[in-house]
Amino acid sequence: MEDYNFAYLDEQTKRMIRRAILKGVAVPGYQVPFASREMPMPYGWGTGGVQVTAACLVPEDVLKVIDQGADDTTNAVSIRKFFQRTAGVAVTETTTQASIIQTRHRIPETPLTEGQILVYQVPIPEPLRFLEPRETETRKMHELEEYGLMHVKLYEDIARHGQIATAYAYPVKVEGRYVMDPSPIPKFDNPKLSGSAALQLFGAGREQRIYAVPPYTQVVSLDFDDHPFKASKAAHDCDLCGAAESYLDEVIIDDAGGRMFVCSDTDFCAHRRAAGHVGRLGEAA
Amino acid sequence: MDGSLDVPLLSVRGLSKFYGPRIGCADVSFDLYPGEVLGIVGESGSGKSTLLSCLAGHLAPDTGEIIFQTIQGPRDTLTMTEPERRRLARTDWAFVHQNPRDGLRMGVSAGGNVGERLMAVGARHYGDIRATAIDWLGRVEIAADRIDDRPSAFSGGMQQRLQIARNLVTGPRLVFMDEPTGGLDVSVQARLLDLLRGLVREMGLSAIIVTHDLAVVRLLADRLMVMKSGHVVEQGLTDQVLDDPQHGYTQLLVSSVLQV
Repeated sequence: MEDYNFAYLDEQTKRMIRRAILKGVAVPGYQVPFASREMPMPYGWGTGGVQVTAACLVPEDVLKVIDQGADDTTNAVSIRKFFQRTAGVAVTETTTQASIIQTRHRIPETPLTEGQILVYQVPIPEPLRFLEPRETETRKMHELEEYGLMHVKLYEDIARHGQIATAYAYPVKVEGRYVMDPSPIPKFDNPKLSGSAALQLFGAGREQRIYAVPPYTQVVSLDFDDHPFKASKAAHDCDLCGAAESYLDEVIIDDAGGRMFVCSDTDFCAHRRAAGHVGRLGEAA
Repeated sequence: MDGSLDVPLLSVRGLSKFYGPRIGCADVSFDLYPGEVLGIVGESGSGKSTLLSCLAGHLAPDTGEIIFQTIQGPRDTLTMTEPERRRLARTDWAFVHQNPRDGLRMGVSAGGNVGERLMAVGARHYGDIRATAIDWLGRVEIAADRIDDRPSAFSGGMQQRLQIARNLVTGPRLVFMDEPTGGLDVSVQARLLDLLRGLVREMGLSAIIVTHDLAVVRLLADRLMVMKSGHVVEQGLTDQVLDDPQHGYTQLLVSSVLQV
């Protein structure tokens, strides 16, 4: 623990990242460039999110880390251990007890509260990237609010699949101004972005960008008048806790076509089971 | 389209562009009236593409002014802010590139290509966008069942027609064309010219066409400007210039055309 500065990064780096975060909060949805550091983990494992978390952490914080909603997968466990070792902060798996939640690709089912910070890991922060490869041009498009191209992507979806087939990283417009990539969260989670009581921060390490959605900010998912946005999930209940309104993972359980659907948010599911809810394949607690 | 035919749609005065010590185009002045098609001819390196790029706002000229009759009144496009100029470029103006690959999004279906300008000016109804796209594909003689194919599956002539549809869908008033028939074989060229002539007349478009093909301007252009070494050496009515060339270079150009 003494071998590292608090939360791994040196104070000047954290200061630089905090400046980027403040700028991001001041201009919701705007991608702020920052001098991303090499982190002791590969790109794609949340180097951006880890740097944002490190810059936000104070010794009193309680940290929760989730990966696709789960607290117990490799990415979540390794990042949680990383901060336990380098910052010595308390950790939790309970959403309501956490003051900072670093997440990969999910928003917790339990509504967040004021004072909580949700940190997203972002692989590609530029929502226009796959349509317009030039960075100079996409910056200009953001600057001038030329977002027609984003609808071309949705048009292509409908033309090819009969509906908007984009199921994750669904583009949103923040506070009527910037179009933003909400990181690869399922579009089921998009409505939770809007008007959230928590501060939402997005860090992209490889692409060196930080952006933010302050609390109680309006976030609208883009759509067509005759093909409105629809938050979708698997048409099942959780097989362990019976929840009908949570986002589900499909799990193959044998090689004879057997499968089950379980909450992707493990903490949400565990709390429900502890409270006595039982699903189709669950056992009473 | 906007009533008064006696006010020029585009008025260019003393336009010059230098590439360091070399001349791109020098001291070009002309007026373009609504519904008129102006041809610019000249050999390679004569500055016609530079001139077109300056007019369309792709290049910044060194001196001169370009007054465009916007809906709100005459404005110098060179002193406009960039958002204004870009808005103009996707509403009142259109630019047809010589190579359709420069003007199309090759990874997006034909319908998406046509719909892009509509969506850029705020169309948000999928059914309407698609209906308009089908209508425009029909107008440029592309079958409606090709709407979901990508341009890479199209022939060169179809790509060029798709590019034209994509540009004209928002009803621009001024179209810039850079060698629209370059790279197409003669029979496809003839069909494309026929189509262009029909669209220009039907929509009352004004157009500026840069080409080195005198047959193209003979068919499409009302007036002609002949350029050499960055200067305009002769301008006038197309038939007049082509049938009775006054300047030595124009005479050379006209006599260089092979008679089959």
